[in-house]
Order: sequence, then C-alpha cells, then structure tokens
Amino acid sequence: MALKFEVLGKFNRARAAQLTLPHFICQTPLFMPVGTQGTIKGLTNIQLEEIGCQLILGNTYHLALRPGAELIDELGGLHKFMNWKRALLTDSGGFQMVSLLHLADITEQGVTFQSPVDGKPMLLTPEESIQIQNKIGADIIMALDDVVKTTITGPRIEEAMYRTLRWIDRCISEFIWNCARRIRSCFTRYMCQRFGGPRFTRKANLTSYWDSYAIGGLVGGEDKDSFWRVVAQCTASLPEDKPRYVMGVGYPLDIVVCSALGADMYDCVYPTRTARFGTALVPEGILKLKNRAMANDERPIDLTCSCMVCKNYTRAYLHGLVTKDAMGSQLLSYHNLSYMMRLSKNLHTSIVEGRFPEFVRGFLQTQFPRGDVPEWVCNAMEVAGVDISSCCTPLASWHD
Amino acid sequence: MRFVAAKACAGSRARAGALYIGGNSAAPIETPSLLISTLKGLPAFISRDHLGDLPAPDSHLLHVSPIHFLDCPATKTICTIGGLHQMVGLHDHFFIASPRDSLESLPESDGTNKLGASFETPSGRQLVKPSAYMEMITSLMPNLWASMADEVPAWVSDKRNKTSVDRTLRWLDECINLDLVYENALTCTVEGGKNVLGFVVGGSSIEERKRCATEVAARNVSGFWIGGFGLGESIEERPALLHAVTDSLPEEKLRLVSGLSLPEEVLQGVAVGVDFFDSTYIYHLTLRGFALIFPHNIVDEDIVDRPLDDYPNDCTKINLRATIFRKDTSSIVANCTCFTCQNHTRAYINHLLNVHEMLAHILLEIHNTHHYLGFFRTIRETIKNGKFDLFHKKFIQSRRIHLASVVQYS
Repeated sequence: MALKFEVLGKFNRARAAQLTLPHFICQTPLFMPVGTQGTIKGLTNIQLEEIGCQLILGNTYHLALRPGAELIDELGGLHKFMNWKRALLTDSGGFQMVSLLHLADITEQGVTFQSPVDGKPMLLTPEESIQIQNKIGADIIMALDDVVKTTITGPRIEEAMYRTLRWIDRCISEFIWNCARRIRSCFTRYMCQRFGGPRFTRKANLTSYWDSYAIGGLVGGEDKDSFWRVVAQCTASLPEDKPRYVMGVGYPLDIVVCSALGADMYDCVYPTRTARFGTALVPEGILKLKNRAMANDERPIDLTCSCMVCKNYTRAYLHGLVTKDAMGSQLLSYHNLSYMMRLSKNLHTSIVEGRFPEFVRGFLQTQFPRGDVPEWVCNAMEVAGVDISSCCTPLASWHD
Repeated sequence: MRFVAAKACAGSRARAGALYIGGNSAAPIETPSLLISTLKGLPAFISRDHLGDLPAPDSHLLHVSPIHFLDCPATKTICTIGGLHQMVGLHDHFFIASPRDSLESLPESDGTNKLGASFETPSGRQLVKPSAYMEMITSLMPNLWASMADEVPAWVSDKRNKTSVDRTLRWLDECINLDLVYENALTCTVEGGKNVLGFVVGGSSIEERKRCATEVAARNVSGFWIGGFGLGESIEERPALLHAVTDSLPEEKLRLVSGLSLPEEVLQGVAVGVDFFDSTYIYHLTLRGFALIFPHNIVDEDIVDRPLDDYPNDCTKINLRATIFRKDTSSIVANCTCFTCQNHTRAYINHLLNVHEMLAHILLEIHNTHHYLGFFRTIRETIKNGKFDLFHKKFIQSRRIHLASVVQYS
C-alpha cells in the first residue's frame, strides 16, 4: 500500500498524523481548499504554497465538462495542467450530478442525468467515474457512491448502502484491471470509500483494501446534533490506521469538533465563498467587512494573523474593496484560507505536543466569550473526552 | 523628487529622462515610462506580492485616481492610516494622481459646471469640487498629483472648449492655493505646491491647446499632465495637437499624457517629447482575454521583406478564448520571464477564461503589464541608441503589413 498514514500523536479519539502522498507529504488534521474548476478562486499557486496549502480538491464533474477529461489526460494530468506541485484529490462526480442536475435518476447501472451541454441523457457508471478520475490523475480519487441525503428515511437508505458497496467493488475492479496499467511516472492512485446516512451499520464490508475512508452525505441540511453523532459513529467504527475524510466540512467550529472525534481531512467552499461576500474568518467567529462600522476601522482583519493581508491592509481599506472589486475577493480569500491553514496546523501541532484540550478550550473561549457554547458542541466534546467545562457558563449566570 | 530630461539626438523630439524619487531609493525611474493603472490604489488583479515580481523600478510607477475614494475611506481615516502608500501596502512605489481614469471614473463634461468636474462612477454621477479634491490629495499624499480639469470631447463647440480651458486654469490656481492652505492645517509633511502637475486641455483646437499650455507653464508647477486626448479626436489630428502643447512647455519639466493607450499612440507621444503615459490598454486587453505578443526587437530585423505568412493573426495580441489554444501547452510568449509565462500555459488560461475564473485575469494582467513595460524599455533603448525614429517607422509598418494581409485574404 503506497499511501502512508502514520499517526504521530493522539488525544483520546483525536489524532495528528503524517499522510504521505505521491506529490506531497501532508500533516493532518488538514483542510482542503476546493479548486472546483482547476483553480482556487483568485489565488495563484505560489500564494497557496505560501499560506501552507497541502492538498486541493478538484471537482470531477466540472473538470470532465470543461476542459474535459480527455484533454487533461492528453496534456499530462491535472497537476501538470494547473502546475500544482503538491497533492490533489478528486471526488467521484456523483454528488454534483445529483445536487446540480434535474432529472437525475439512479439505477443499478449508474447515475443517469441530463447533460448540461446539450440536454441529452448521459450515464455515469462507477467504472466511468474511475476512468475519468484516472485521466485527471489526482493523488487520491473517490469511488462513486449512491448519494443519499441524511434527512431521508426508510428503505432507500439501506438500498443506497448496499448499492454503494456493489459499486465500490466495480470501482476496485476498474481500478485494478484498467487503471493500474496507466500508472504515470511518479504516482499511483488511492481509493476512498464513502459511508453516509444516520443508520450506519456494521454489516458494511470493511475490507483492508481501502486506503482511506470518506464520510459523506452530510451537509445536506441535517441538524448539528445528528451531524456530530454520525461523524462520531463513523470514526468509532472505521479502522484507526487509515485517514478519515469528512466531506463538505466546513465551519472552523465543525472542524475542531470533528477532529476531536477522530476525523483527519476536510474540504469546503465556505472560506472562499464567504470571502466573495465580504466576510472574513477570525478567531472570534466572522467579521463582516461590508458593515458600516468597518469603514473607518484602522485595525487589520485579525491582529493575531500574520498573513500578507493582515500585515498590510486595514479593515477600512478592505471595506471599500470587498464585493466591488476583484482585488477585494482575492485579498479576503487569501486571508480566509490562511486562517484555515493556520487552524489545521494548530490542530496538528497541539495534538503532537500534547496540548490539544488546551487548544480546544482556547478556541471555544475566543468564539464564545460569554460561555454560550452550543449544546451540540458540549455533547460532542463529552464523547470525545475533551473537558470544556471551563468554557461553558451555567445558564443561570448569563441569563440575568 | 527630481526630473532630468535629455534630448535623443538632433532632429528628434523624443527624449530619454530619469525621475529621481528621492529618499534612500535606488535606481531612478527612466523615461519614457508607463503608469500602471490602479483601482483604489492597487492594480485591478495583481496583488502586491505579484507586483513585486515585475521588473523594478519600472513597475513601481502607478497611477491613482482620488475619485475612487469618494465614498470611503474618509479622508480623516486615510490620514490616520498614514496616506496612500501605507494604506495599500506599497511603500516603495511612486504614485501619480489625477482626477480622471478611464477604468471607472470617466469625465462627464455635460455635468461639469463652474463649481466642479463631473464624473460617472460606479456609484453614480458625482460632482467634485476643487476643495474636495484637494482634501483627498492632502490625505492620500501621492508623490505627484495633477490639478483638476474640465476635459471635453473633441466634438464640442468652440465656446465650450474655450470655457474648459478657462475653467481648468482657474482650478489649477485654486488647487495650488488649497494645497498650501491644507499643508498648513494638517501636520502631513508635504511640500506644498511642489508636486503639482498642471493640467493642459484645449480639445481639438491648436490655438486653445497653445493658450492653455502657455498659461499653465507660467505657473509654478513641477510638470504637466496633458489631458483631453482619447476623447474623440482622430489619430491623424493628434500629432499636431501634441506638438502645439509640447512646443509651449519648458524642456526641463516632465510631461505626462493620458488617453494615449495603444502602442502606436504611445509612439506618437514619445515622438513629440512626452515622458510618462497613463494608459488603460492593459486593463481593457486583460478583461477581454487578450495577451500581448508583439516582438520588441524589430529594429534590427528587416520587416518589409518578411513573408506575409509570418504574421498569422494579429501579431500584437492573441485572444486566449479562441479554441485554437485549447491544447496549446506553450507559454504566451516564448522566453518571457513573467510569472505567468514561467508557470502556466496558453491551454490553462484558455480553460480559465472559458469557465470565467478570476485567475485568468490575474495571470493575463501580470503578463500584459510585463510585456508592455518591456515595450517601454525598448523605446528607451532605441532613444539612447539614436534609433527611435527607425523603430517608430518599422513598428507602424509591421502593423500595416498585418492589415494588408487581412485585406488580401478576406
């Protein structure tokens, strides 16, 4: 198994690890910016490297549409096409297909959908998903799963779970028989398996073949209480020695909680998307730079941040740029991603250095200075075995 | 700040010069030189870290329009932050301010009246009085600034044109006075009146151009901002108008012209002795997905004898949206040392443009700025070698050959 996952430190369920991929050696917990169409919106590769980005996500669905998997393959794979020297991960394309397209129909064969280009019916099979991802050539690829929302109940969930397992077998075959021969000069590809739904069952076939696991199907509108419970259940059941990737997460608070519960990798469009709406991520939560109060605020976005934006620009100046000028989006995206990279690094380092609970307490105290930590966080931390009682004020005292 | 000009050679008005920024700065900015356009003090797409990759000190010369700051931040805030350079994080750069830019704040001569100049801005039409303008200038503290002007298009009546000259002169005097007043009121260390560029207008009338230039030259200014071009006059009548102005200006002070954007127009300006160019060429090219490719070293080549096939499409620029670039893994220009050409391919930029990604414009603005700065460097070299007129002629010729080839094959 060429994907190496080495746990360097633990605190109860939380772990800090080194993930060795063909293009880069990553440290987890880590956050992956989403480079949907082969670029992180508004940032150059050099800037991404500068802020400490290790692994980027590319969307198979979007890239297969434009510029096309064949073209990417012809030009040497996505790394070469983008000139990104570090690691890449692609998803299977399934999620977008179901969430973005009308008339998506899921059968045993695969996902039938309407092509956005000419409206003709198209079929994405597990085999084809692997083939497309193989052409794109990321370090980590994903098996196609039968995507179900967590809010769905009934027999559909079980149907989806077993179909996913059958599809995964098909993905493996395709990978072994048809992709292995196409190993490129310096990397091979790895498979992930996706589990989702509130009724995870241990009947699932956890073979040792898998390099890593992804927990998906969340971020579809479920409440936070269900969310953390699903993550907790999955991390409890999945093997210790392989990375766990919670897809579509997310808010800094969610990442801290999931890391405490034993997850390792995250991706989300939130930091860059919210930047384009003028919202900055700060230790206290968020800062809305469009707010009139910012117009004459001479402080940087975050006094504790040492990114290029915070070292050079004031809130007052950025107030005039955000949502109006491209430069505003760029600068805010730069800061927000710096924040996420810093968060990842802090999570990793605090676990390795044996001060994870202190870090969590500091994080929560900064975000909830009045002690109003949400109940779901308290419950999750209890399960994770992290004592945050000092961060939570009893209800009586702040309800006066 | 010190400007030194030298004539190229006998018979040529083109001149090489040097702008000494002062302080502990290194090399002077050599002229003729390009002002890089900015929105609110920063290039449209190039952030300060990538701006540092461009050749220095050429890339340190920036244009700024105080009109961009009409809404925010407040002048008091700008002052407390420490002025423009501090606010935009470009401490070593040289900013030249004018109330007009062709990106956003287009002058609206219909709205202009005796109280102030009117501009079409993204937040609507704004009337700017000299007092408001000077308040902003004082808080921003650009290295040089142009006085307020009433710029009119070429087709206005003679009467309106004459009024614009009278107004512009009056506002020049007002701006100089206000500068001294504000300098005394605030504690900013600005050398009042010493870094003003007198604005010269006059439309398409040679007489008015001469009158304005002469009057402005009589004031105590550091140099001249020659405006009112690029507003509807024909490219043929321009040289005469430019001559009329530069002939009436003292040799030893710097001349800047706005509204001459294209390479041919720049060459026209250089030929009559202009030192600085405020051009929005790069911005407009970049937005439309074009990348500059024209060769710089054409002086030593025999353009006239080249077969027409050597100029397949427009030999100035390529439209990277075109499908022919889908699989083109070469850089925009071979051997170009800009960040874009060193790191990315035409195919990648083509893809980015097609999916409307911001990175396309970042990469294009970097390359186009680098390339256009190279064009100016070539101009300076040919002036120093006494070959400017030849270069000018060959450049125009190479463009005509392209046009001829288009005509032949259509």
